[in-house]
This record gives sequence, C-alpha cells and structure tokens, in this order.
Amino acid sequence: MSALLTFRNVWVEYGDKIVLEKVDLAIEAGAFVSIVGPSGAGKSTFLRLALGQEAPTRGAIDLDGAPLRAEPDRDRGVVFQRYSVFPHLNAVENVMFGLECQSAALTGRLWGARRRDALDQAVAMLGAVGLAGALEVYPAQLSGGMQQRLAIAQALIMRPRVLLLDEPFGALDPGVRLDMHGLILGLWREHQLTILMVTHDIKEAFKLGTRVLAFDKRRNDPHAPHRYGSTAVYDFPLLDKPGA
Amino acid sequence: MRRLLNLRPGGAGRLALGAAPLVALVLFYLLASTAQHAVNPNEKILPTLGAMADQARIMAFQIDPQTGAIPLWQDTFASLRRLGLGLSIATASALILGLAIGLLPLARAGLGPLVAAIAVVPPIAVLPILFITFGLGETAKVVLIVVGVTPFMVRDLAGHIAAIPEEQIVKGQTLGASTWQIALRVALPQAMPRLLESLRLSLGPAWVFLISAEAIASDVGLGYRVFLVRRYLAMDIILPYVAWIALLAVGFDLILLTLSRRAYPWAHSPRTR
Repeated sequence: MSALLTFRNVWVEYGDKIVLEKVDLAIEAGAFVSIVGPSGAGKSTFLRLALGQEAPTRGAIDLDGAPLRAEPDRDRGVVFQRYSVFPHLNAVENVMFGLECQSAALTGRLWGARRRDALDQAVAMLGAVGLAGALEVYPAQLSGGMQQRLAIAQALIMRPRVLLLDEPFGALDPGVRLDMHGLILGLWREHQLTILMVTHDIKEAFKLGTRVLAFDKRRNDPHAPHRYGSTAVYDFPLLDKPGA
Repeated sequence: MRRLLNLRPGGAGRLALGAAPLVALVLFYLLASTAQHAVNPNEKILPTLGAMADQARIMAFQIDPQTGAIPLWQDTFASLRRLGLGLSIATASALILGLAIGLLPLARAGLGPLVAAIAVVPPIAVLPILFITFGLGETAKVVLIVVGVTPFMVRDLAGHIAAIPEEQIVKGQTLGASTWQIALRVALPQAMPRLLESLRLSLGPAWVFLISAEAIASDVGLGYRVFLVRRYLAMDIILPYVAWIALLAVGFDLILLTLSRRAYPWAHSPRTR
C-alpha cells in the first residue's frame, strides 16, 4: 500500500528548545498506529502536527501526496481525552454538527428533508457506537465512556482520511476501556480507517496497533537537555494482526 | 454533633432562616418608629407603616394635578425605559464584542486593551462629559448605563468564550466548521447563559447609574422622585419607592434566571462539561 501520511525530516523547535528532531515516517492507509513514549517525549506534539494545530519548524508533512494544511480540517478527525464533544448539544445534535456545517455554510443548520436525512445518518452512527438509547441526552449526563463513544461517532460521520486519537481511553475505568478497545477495532475494520493513537498504556498500544511507534530522545546532553529533540526511536510493525 | 459546615437546612428550615433576618429588620424598624412617635408625634425620619401606606396609595393611584399623570407609574415607566434601553444596547454590544474578542486572536489584540482602558474609568466621572456632549435629556442617562456596564459584560463574556476548551474549537474545525460556523454554533450558544448571568450581575450597577443620572438632571423617574422628596424629609415616600425599586430588581433577576434555565438547561445541570 502507498503511504497516506508522510513526515519528511520534520523538526519542531520552540526557541532553542528542540521538541522533535528528524522525524521521518510514512504511514500507510489502513494502518492503526499506536504512539507511546514517556511524558514530554513529543507524542502530543507529533499528533498536533498531524492535526495541523501546529506547523513543523523544518521539514514537510504530506497527506496523500499534497502538503498538509497547517490548520485542522475535515481530512483529519480527532478524539481527545476530554472536552471532545459540545456540551450545549445533545448526542444526536453533536453527531449532526459536521453534516450541518458541510451543507449549510451560512446558518450551520439544516431544515426539512435534508435535516431528516442528516438525522438518519447520525442516528445510524450513534447505533454503531452503542448509543442508540441516548440520542437526546446531553454530554454532561453521559458517563466518560459514553462521551468518548459520542466523540468517536461525531468524528467518524465526516469520514476523515485519518482519525487521530489523543489518549482517548486514558480517563476510563479498566472494564470500560476493554469495551472501547473492541469498539474502536470493530470500527477500524468496518470503515477501513487509518488511525493514529497516542497512549500511555503500552499494552493497549500493542493490543490495538498494527504498528507501534515509541518516541524518545535518541541523544541526551545532561547539561542542556532541551538541545536534543525526540523522534520515533522504535518502530514495530505488527504485521500478523488481523486486518493489517 | 456534626461539624457546623456540614449542617444543611431543609426546605422549611431554609425558608425560616431566610425570613428571620428580614422579619427582624421590619420588627426593629417598627419598634424604633413606635418609640419615636411616642416621643414626637410629628416624627418624619421613621414614619409608621400606616403613613407609608397612605403616601404609597397617593403616589400609586392619584393623578398629580400638576403633571396630569400618576407619579409612581410615570416614574416607573420613565426609569424602566432608560434602564431597558441602556441594558439592551449594553447586552447587544457585549455579545458582539465579547464573541469577537473571546474567539478571534486578532480582535483580542486589537480591542482588548481599549476595553480594558475604558473599564477602569469610573462611569460617574464620565457623567459630566455625557451631559455636556448629549445634553440633559434621555440620551445622556442611557449612555451612562451603557458606558457603565458594557466593559464589564464584554470582559466577562470574552473571558468565558476564551475559556472554552481548545479541544472543542479544534474538534469543530475537524468537522469542517468555518470561523463563522464555530462562532454561531459553538461559541454563541455557550455564550448565551453566561451573557444572561452577566446581565443579572449588571442590573445592580445599572440601577446605580440610572438613579445617579436621574438625581442630577431629570424631571421624571424613580431616582428623580426619591431625591426630590428628600428636600421635604419625606421618608414616607422614599421608603415605599425604595421598596418598589427593590421589588422590580428582584423581579428582573428572577425573570432572567428563569429564562436562562428554560432556554439553556444544559448550562444549569449539576454536572456541566
């Protein structure tokens, strides 16, 4: 398979502090890439690069051969650990949000037959993530796991080229986390998603990923620790995964 | 015995605790008033409830032959018109400026210092400028309310919008939303309950500015009347007027709170965000 997302000699520097250095990676379409590493190793910065929330200081990032826009857009969906859904919209409105913005530039709202069509799509997507019984519930009344299900449904309905997950299950109980693993693997296979997931949990990384990237500093100067940045020091392809 | 900070009043207990200081205040007044009247039957500073009721009846139901209107309603209408106009302009400007400053870094850089500078000027100090610029008519009074409460409301709302988690704004963009759509469908709905809250908090200062302006230059209005009858030590008119103003203020506060709870239930649930 050809590379969907490529990082070519990417550096991120804040003043004289180097966060990421010499990141060279090609991520294939359909991959489930887990990203692990100690705190401060640039995992989140890497994800922000992929999201376009931040631009590299040097180097280039391509999505499907074209330079990545340094601004979040529809190509990349995202689920954060928290605050991923809109608190003022109920579940089905949260999922319809993207569809409404797509079709109604000025009002951001749909009416009539087009609204019913978007509603049907949203209801189906909520069913796929197991929230068929909570269509009109506001996020504040949903449990942490259900909020993450909602955030996933909200992102998936726009069919993003890449789905970025930033410690999506980090705040969940172990049992709920297991359920969510099953859910995300199922959705990944069914929708043939390309997923980049940052996690603290190494077991989770190997269980879900078809490829595990470990970010850390290759070199360290004890007198000036900020002068060396992190990069993907280990890159484990897990090719025997079903669906890989 | 449980700790004091863990003792919570029940429904009836809460009502009794809330009513007790009010009842005590009224009782204290009645005692003081009766004692004064026993010494001096012409006492004016602490009028009896009966005297206040008589004056209230005259002010609220009898046409004043000089103006051809009933004073209380004429005053109430004039004051509420100024208050309503001032607060409407303030709220609308706060919504637009607050959204822009809270959401757009460019607007924050351009307008933030201006709003901060205006906010530190005491509004009453500006009142002479307003009288000179706009004359002694309605405009100056309305503008005083606008100048007095808008900076606070703008800063409060901008701060609230800026505190919307970055994740939500990024999420909106990944769902394809434009700046306009994020302003309209993410920031605006989350701004509205806060705007109502900030309007409730601004009611107090707005009354202060209104009554100040009416006291200085006016020929009708609740503040005008209170300061007019002060010359005759007419406490039997001042006190009912003050009670009426308090009643109006409490009423508006309740209306705004109810409106916010009805329209934005998600903002009033015990677990928000």
